[in-house]
Amino acid sequence: QDSTWVSQLSERLPVHYRVSFPCFGPGLISHLNDLSLLSQDENGVVLSLGADSQWLIVSAKPFRLDIMEGREVLLSLNSRGLLTAKEDGMWEETFKSHTDNKPNGPSSISLDFSLPGVEHVYGIPEHADSLKLKTTDGGDPYRLFNLDVFQYELFNPMALYGAIPVMLSHSAQRTMGIFWLNAAETWVDISSNTAGKTVFGQMLDYVQGSSETPQTDVRWISESGIIDVFIMLGPTPTDVFSQYASLTGTQAFPPLSALAYHQCRWNYNDQEDVAAVDQGFDEHDIPYDFIWLDIEHTDGKRYFTWDPHKFPQPKDMLQGLMDKRRKMVTIVDPHIKVDSSYKIHNEIRSKGFYVKNKDGGDYEGWCWPGNSGYPDFTNPEMRAWWASMFAYDQYEGSMENMYTWNDMNEPSVFNGPEVTMHKDALHGNWENRDLHNLYGLYVQMATAEGLIERSGGVERPFVLTRAFFAGSQRYGAVWTGDNTAEWEHLKISIPMCLSLGLVGVSFCGADVGGFFKSPSTELLVRWYQTGAYQPFFRAHAHLDTPRREPWLFGPENTALIREAVRQRYALLPYWYQLFYHAHHSGQPVMRPLWVEYPQDTATFSMDDQFLLGRDLLVHPVTEEGGRGVTAYLPGKGEVWFDVHTFQKHNGAQNLYIPVTISSIPVFQRGGSIIPRKARVRRSSSCMEHDPYTLFVALSPKRFAQGELYIDDGHTFNFDKQKQFIHRRLSFANKALSSRNLAPGSQFITPSWIEKIVILGASKPSKATLKTPDGKENLLEFEFDASMSVLTLRKPGVNAGVDWTVVLQ
Amino acid sequence: MSCALLLLLMSLALAMGTGAAVEIQRPRGVPLSKRQFYEENKPFTCLDGSSTIPFDRVNDDYCDCRDGSDEPGTAACPNGSFHCTNAGFRPAFIPSSRINDGICDCCDTTDEYNSGATCQNTCREMGRKERESLQIMAEITKEGFLLKQQLIHEAKRGQEDKQGKLTELQGSKKGLEEKVEALRTVKETAEDPEKEAKERHLKAWEEQKELLRMEKDKTRMAEAFLELDDDADGYVSVAELQSHLELDPDSDGSLSETETQGLLGGADKVDTSTFETVWSGIKDKYLSEVSQGQSEPPAPVETPQEESRDFVSDHDSDHYPEDYAGEEEEDVEDDEEDDHDEEEEEEKVPPTVQTPEKREDDEVSMPPYDTETQSLIDAAQKARDDFDEAERALREVDDQMKNLEKEIGFDFGPSAEFAYLYSQCYELSTSEYIYRLCPFNRVSQKPKFGGSETNLGLWGQWAGPEGNLYSVMKYDHGQGCWQGPNRSTTVKLTCGKETVVTSTSEPSRCEYLMEFTTPAVCQEPASLDEVLHGHTEL
Repeated sequence: QDSTWVSQLSERLPVHYRVSFPCFGPGLISHLNDLSLLSQDENGVVLSLGADSQWLIVSAKPFRLDIMEGREVLLSLNSRGLLTAKEDGMWEETFKSHTDNKPNGPSSISLDFSLPGVEHVYGIPEHADSLKLKTTDGGDPYRLFNLDVFQYELFNPMALYGAIPVMLSHSAQRTMGIFWLNAAETWVDISSNTAGKTVFGQMLDYVQGSSETPQTDVRWISESGIIDVFIMLGPTPTDVFSQYASLTGTQAFPPLSALAYHQCRWNYNDQEDVAAVDQGFDEHDIPYDFIWLDIEHTDGKRYFTWDPHKFPQPKDMLQGLMDKRRKMVTIVDPHIKVDSSYKIHNEIRSKGFYVKNKDGGDYEGWCWPGNSGYPDFTNPEMRAWWASMFAYDQYEGSMENMYTWNDMNEPSVFNGPEVTMHKDALHGNWENRDLHNLYGLYVQMATAEGLIERSGGVERPFVLTRAFFAGSQRYGAVWTGDNTAEWEHLKISIPMCLSLGLVGVSFCGADVGGFFKSPSTELLVRWYQTGAYQPFFRAHAHLDTPRREPWLFGPENTALIREAVRQRYALLPYWYQLFYHAHHSGQPVMRPLWVEYPQDTATFSMDDQFLLGRDLLVHPVTEEGGRGVTAYLPGKGEVWFDVHTFQKHNGAQNLYIPVTISSIPVFQRGGSIIPRKARVRRSSSCMEHDPYTLFVALSPKRFAQGELYIDDGHTFNFDKQKQFIHRRLSFANKALSSRNLAPGSQFITPSWIEKIVILGASKPSKATLKTPDGKENLLEFEFDASMSVLTLRKPGVNAGVDWTVVLQ
Repeated sequence: MSCALLLLLMSLALAMGTGAAVEIQRPRGVPLSKRQFYEENKPFTCLDGSSTIPFDRVNDDYCDCRDGSDEPGTAACPNGSFHCTNAGFRPAFIPSSRINDGICDCCDTTDEYNSGATCQNTCREMGRKERESLQIMAEITKEGFLLKQQLIHEAKRGQEDKQGKLTELQGSKKGLEEKVEALRTVKETAEDPEKEAKERHLKAWEEQKELLRMEKDKTRMAEAFLELDDDADGYVSVAELQSHLELDPDSDGSLSETETQGLLGGADKVDTSTFETVWSGIKDKYLSEVSQGQSEPPAPVETPQEESRDFVSDHDSDHYPEDYAGEEEEDVEDDEEDDHDEEEEEEKVPPTVQTPEKREDDEVSMPPYDTETQSLIDAAQKARDDFDEAERALREVDDQMKNLEKEIGFDFGPSAEFAYLYSQCYELSTSEYIYRLCPFNRVSQKPKFGGSETNLGLWGQWAGPEGNLYSVMKYDHGQGCWQGPNRSTTVKLTCGKETVVTSTSEPSRCEYLMEFTTPAVCQEPASLDEVLHGHTEL
């Protein structure tokens, strides 16, 4: 369906049942109608895949699948014959005193894929590695196994907190995807016939014209399960994103405030501390929306409770934040203290909702509270019960401006093998071995459901998770876990979030400042500047590090951080619009350049800069003592405008930009229109009704297009009652107009158009605003001839109506 | 007092009466002091002079001036500010971004004129509260400042006393030094004849001991000969000696005939007189046949003694060193540990060395000194005692002087008003810990329910901001934190009548904050009228 190919290989007479997830995504139905048999012999069949003269050749001996387009092989399965499904032999593994005797025996599966013409593959997060995946010849394969890793290493294929078994391949001709639907421990080997070649060797091939076609071979290996593979045939990146979205769903549309700035620390000590930090932001005029409480806020690490001495009046505290139109997040981890005086534990135990050990008793392990049980989140009844615990009368002290953070949901088990759950622990009939990587997804799913339920289904939830799997995007945000206050960790935040975006998870961020250790002031400032342009923008710090609220580093640095955060707030309308699209069509918010410039090979390995949507290019300064950066501005014949100076630069060039400590190199694409709110206030909620400023960046052909999306910012009414405004803004023929993109929708906003800034303009003699009531008003304007910037003064028209400004 | 307040309220009421008229005459958000720049119906020039606009663009919700001065009453300019009059309380400027943001910032509610927020005018209440607290503060300051004067006076006197004491000590030190030197000469003069007499006595005793030893050896030899001469033929033969395996020269476990012959000087047997030379070769190894079967050799006796001592110390490991140290210190002064330790060791050495000597020489002990020697010794001992005592007295004076100099050298504030805190400690008890601040010394934390004390920092320096250096104390280099820095404590001083620790917290891991009130930081109070007047202008 839609160029997505499902290949599900089931064995005949299996030794045991293997786990599979029927109909994983919303509304996935296998359409085999389009398949038609073209030819057949004793060793195989040729099937037509319908559109685009695509064929599938199935060969029986040896087994092999080839997907063809015309005469070209797009992808081959099992061309190297690495298909395995082991059933023979039994063996045991021992961890400390625990023996995993693998009651189902060896059950691993593996399959290889050949990608002719492909030199670049991406995805399979989570790894602290470059955007372009490396070949794994002679080293460890990329490992997918959700683990709580202490102080992870960079440029290493080791497993981290989350796992999304989705790989994208890209060449100038085509983008494709492979979704290996398996939640057991998985390894991915990548090899390439060009990767090992020297530049000289490649040159020689070129000169002699004898080069073999470049090819990437990928082998997937999982410890258990069935081979259940989805091939997304593209051909464009956009197509692959929609095809994958049809399988696992799209990004949850977050409340607008969740896209603003988050202030976190392990830990804000008590209510007074929270009040003082809140006050600090106002005193230093730095906006923030959320303040976070880590594990120390609880009564002895019993989640859903409060420390009676440090947080005796949580509702007073939350009301204080609400009075400032701000919010809070408290942590709720999935390990539950085994304590007969703890309500949550007693209920889970009595309902039999805990994960069991192989002998049938409740599985127990060590985590923050000491001895802990682990609820079986794969059980829908357990999830429903868990969700009900977020009701305001269950979670005492909670209020509607309090949201949730799920940490340690790999799950982390301090005394378990590799700090996680034993593989023979039982979730119902399934071993943890079979679905390990899904645990974290289900935790976040149940929590998000709880937040929706507590509001009677009205409010959008916000839940942050550390562990994730394919589909986690539907439940909230993820962050890159416990990083370190080092420059390399700042740099790696870019490819880590880009990789997640490619496989559906747009709401990604790294701890600003770095979790472990203490950042230098320069690193902290640079991290704020980078984080301000990444989707999830939260500062966080380890318990043992010195305090680092933004005003603790002298007035100059306070001002630098204030400016970075203010840039974020001004751009929130654009961020919100990008998330609306991510939610609507599965397009990533933060994108590698190649997604928008798929033929420009220069962009294929780039991961020190990125795009937000199509229209903003960000190249943050991530070098210590950086005096300049070289940004690549793509697109031959296109132009880019520096968003701070409005200076115009031509596309398809490496541009050296001298930088100071205040520089955040950001460029707007010529041909785009970006809405901002220039009146930055102390929280995003305070800015709700503020007017918009439109930044119209003209293409060389004096054309530009953009959008404006507005809704109430926090409920599902945009979806259920079509209460939103979605407008097409376009500039052509010297006229800028706003037209309704969603005629079926309705929403009333008091916001109006405050100012229009046209970049790359020429000076008009007059500017006329035409409104639907037939009125025409002359607009005053200013023209900066040195930068060709035309500023239209106060159109004043409501943001939700049709209007046109004509320049003469 | 009540008279002053009454007057103040009247003047407020008067101001309110005319205030309404004033408000009309200036655009929203403009302070009185800048009213003249905003003249109605005249073009407005931005306060930075950057441009001039028609007056109807002032507060028209669009930012025209770079400095934000055209929109004092709207949120249009990112860098603007809004003036709230706050009649009844204190006027204030707030950032323009807080106008109509739904949050009440000005107590007179003027910042939320179009946001739908329902704000209560709280200025009067806040003014009243502030006046009350200012009054209380003023009283505290007044009393505190009086106490401070007293402290300064006492500190001055204390300082003078100490200075006087120091001068006095310097004088007595000089005398003591002379005395020590004089007594040293006396001691050395007395020790020379003592040494000679003792050596003489010892030499005589050594000679006597040698004679005794030779005699004893002869007796032993005769006994051995008789013991060895099994057949009583007057000769010790090879066969008779061969049973004494302990004499085996190569210690291979067997005493061969040749080896035995060697011991006997090459002869097959020897008579009594020849045995004398043989005896000198074997007497160290020779074991009497009688004693061999009965008693253990003396060496192992020491082992159990040592073991039992270890055993005791193991069991009393907590108390043993303390008691031990305590006993020693009774006799000596507390300070200058290094010097004392050495001396103590020297004093302890002789008895332990003497013990084995005594044992070796059995019950035979040195005869008492003759009267002449004894009197020389007594004289020398007295000279030594006198010398030691004088030296001890000198050290004591030295210590006192050092302590005084240290105390005098401390920075106790501009008028030494903090001097009274020296060598004091102040405690605060929380639910878990007892915090202890000993100013100019250290800060510590002790768990209430058992556990050892943690050092939260040693006196570092005054660390207040410029112009108010003596408002903050810094204690650092406390106990190290796991994977973290050494603990440190910042002590914030505020004016109070009493000297007391009012709160402690740990805002950042291992960085403690302590609040401490003391009269010593109380500033000379401005008159109450002045304080109140300064904050209630319109």
